[in-house]
Amino acid sequence: MDEFKRIERRKQATLARRHIYTETKNPETFITSLSDEAREAFFESEKKRIERNLKRRKITKGIITGFGVFAAVLISALALVPIFFTFLNSFMSSEEIVSNYQVVFQSMSGHASQGATYMSRIPVLKLIPEEVTIKQYTTLLFMNPEYLFKYWNSIILTLPIVGGQMVVACLASYSFARYRRKRREVLFFSYIILMLMPFQVTLVPNYMIAENLGILDTIWAIILPGIFSTFAIFLLTKYMRQIPSGYIEAATLDGASEWQIFTNIALPLCKNAIFALTILLFIDYWNMVEQPLVLLTDTAKQPLSVFLSQINEPELGIAFAASSVYMIPPLLIFFWGEDYLVEGISRSGIK
Amino acid sequence: MDNRTNIEHLGEKGEVTGVRPGSEVSHHPEKPQTRNVVVRSEEEREEAIINRPKPKNVTPLASQKLTPKDIPVFEDTPERKAKLELRRKRHIKRRIRDWGIFTGYLTPSFAGVLVFFFLPLLLLLKTSFQKSPTNSDFVGLRNYVRVLTNDAFIDASVNTLTFALISVPLAVVLALFIALLLNTGLPGKSLFRSFLLNPMMVPVASVVLIWQVFFSYNGVINGIAAQISEAAVKIDWLKSSYAQVVIMLLFLWKNLGYNMVLFLAALNSIPHEILESAAMDGAGPVKRFFKIKLHYLSPTIFFVGIMSLINSFKIFREVYLLTGDYPYDNLYMLQHFMNNSFTHLDYSKLSAGAIVMCIVMIIIVGGLFFAESKFDSDVEE
Repeated sequence: MDEFKRIERRKQATLARRHIYTETKNPETFITSLSDEAREAFFESEKKRIERNLKRRKITKGIITGFGVFAAVLISALALVPIFFTFLNSFMSSEEIVSNYQVVFQSMSGHASQGATYMSRIPVLKLIPEEVTIKQYTTLLFMNPEYLFKYWNSIILTLPIVGGQMVVACLASYSFARYRRKRREVLFFSYIILMLMPFQVTLVPNYMIAENLGILDTIWAIILPGIFSTFAIFLLTKYMRQIPSGYIEAATLDGASEWQIFTNIALPLCKNAIFALTILLFIDYWNMVEQPLVLLTDTAKQPLSVFLSQINEPELGIAFAASSVYMIPPLLIFFWGEDYLVEGISRSGIK
Repeated sequence: MDNRTNIEHLGEKGEVTGVRPGSEVSHHPEKPQTRNVVVRSEEEREEAIINRPKPKNVTPLASQKLTPKDIPVFEDTPERKAKLELRRKRHIKRRIRDWGIFTGYLTPSFAGVLVFFFLPLLLLLKTSFQKSPTNSDFVGLRNYVRVLTNDAFIDASVNTLTFALISVPLAVVLALFIALLLNTGLPGKSLFRSFLLNPMMVPVASVVLIWQVFFSYNGVINGIAAQISEAAVKIDWLKSSYAQVVIMLLFLWKNLGYNMVLFLAALNSIPHEILESAAMDGAGPVKRFFKIKLHYLSPTIFFVGIMSLINSFKIFREVYLLTGDYPYDNLYMLQHFMNNSFTHLDYSKLSAGAIVMCIVMIIIVGGLFFAESKFDSDVEE
């Protein structure tokens, strides 16, 4: 019986398919039940209603977007204010800065007022300097060799760490991404834990090993642990595991060696992540304070980041210029590689 | 049902009968290639199409019943043994070679990590049970007791934990909020994004000065407050119980951009169809967020939480640059404790402290991972 029904249904379907375009009926609906004039009027009223609704919706949407833009502008203004201040204030003359801000630092260091210099009672927040000079920069760059030395220290600490860590991390994360057996996964997990360890934990071992190796108080005490830090490995492995295995299989079938797969497939596909990580590492190590503070007792070897916090009153004028000069390299790198950075960060977060 | 199939010649096609075209079976005795042209009426053709025989038993073996006889039995001949042996050897060789290759890639990193992190941690463990690094008398847990009863250590850990507990959820929630805001189709979205990412790139040391200008006793904030109302009380932001608030602001200022980019990416990867169909079914924006978006965002929330937690432990940098070695009481972080212990050269206490922190970190992270895996399995079901 079922069989018969099935055949019947199939027949119907076939016939229906064949005649689908020819057999159309005129169904009786609300619209067709109206007379011609009533229909016209109905259409008119409907048109008006839809237009009104659209307008209302447009207005509410506009208001909401306006609020959104306002909030976004507010938030980004808050984010940018400190940076702009530092930049613009660096073009003020030394006297202006001192007269504007000395009151701030006086209360901090607890000095009595120094008499002759004019001071405002509350600090004056100015975006635009009264007279624009680049005197601060010239004094900074040509009269104060100390700043330049610290700057050079920062560079010489940061660049080897970033370069070294990227090379080591590329190799290691390729290994973690390709060879996935139990012991390797355990090792990878211990790497993750190591990455999550705050400086408070890793600094003591760093200090001990530096002491044992006799590199304490040299820049190697910071560079070597920096190179083998596992932060980049974690993110890069996550990235490399997203490479479709078909690519690698195809390459293997074509007779590529592991090294060729690594250099010709894995690395180019991870280009964005590598750029992003380079930027992140650069800013992280350009910024470092803890390691030099503990591992380098010789102040002549310390980078500018530590030194900038120790600026005292007489050098107040120069401080803004020094801060600006210090933040130019990361900002330039950011403007150059923003897309890579955003892409790299976003891909690292998605599983 | 595809009625284009040529039913008359079903049997001839190799892939339908499951017999390889080259094999003996497929060599049919030569059939007359001429098609028998029978003029049939439309009705008949339809009937034929509808009632065409179903392709049964497409694979020849499927209809046959297998008997134990059909399963080949390999005899234990010496040749076969040798062959198996060779195969196993090759397999082992290949595994060793694979292992060797990938271990080779890992070696530089592993050696470095071993020398600079794992071995020192073991050394640390050893030192934490000794009287002092030079005097290797075993003192049991005395160092741990000394650390755990130390007021400065307790204060520092309480401060660090309070800071993390308040600022990490704040960082996650605010970043999610901003990401949702930017995701509503604002004009100039990428511009805002790069504005918000900017603070991440600025070294703390550079903006410390401006934060001091804002938040010190005679600073701008107090000045503005005084101008707005005469009754405003001057607060010394960095040297009162408000100090942690200032540092939290600094932390949020620095980390919101990074978190926001992560959330934006996650929001973009939510399947559009699901959101649209939910909207069609009448789910409002609030319902859509809680029932759909939050569901898809949960792994990202976890990731952002972990990243923020790591960064919250790095906050010492900002505190140190703002306030120096000995800040106000509730800013005294664990790193201050460590740094100041370094100057006292009390290594055994220091290493006991580090081990305690290490264990606490492992517990926290392990708990988070456990929670995530449990949550994830919920999501999949």
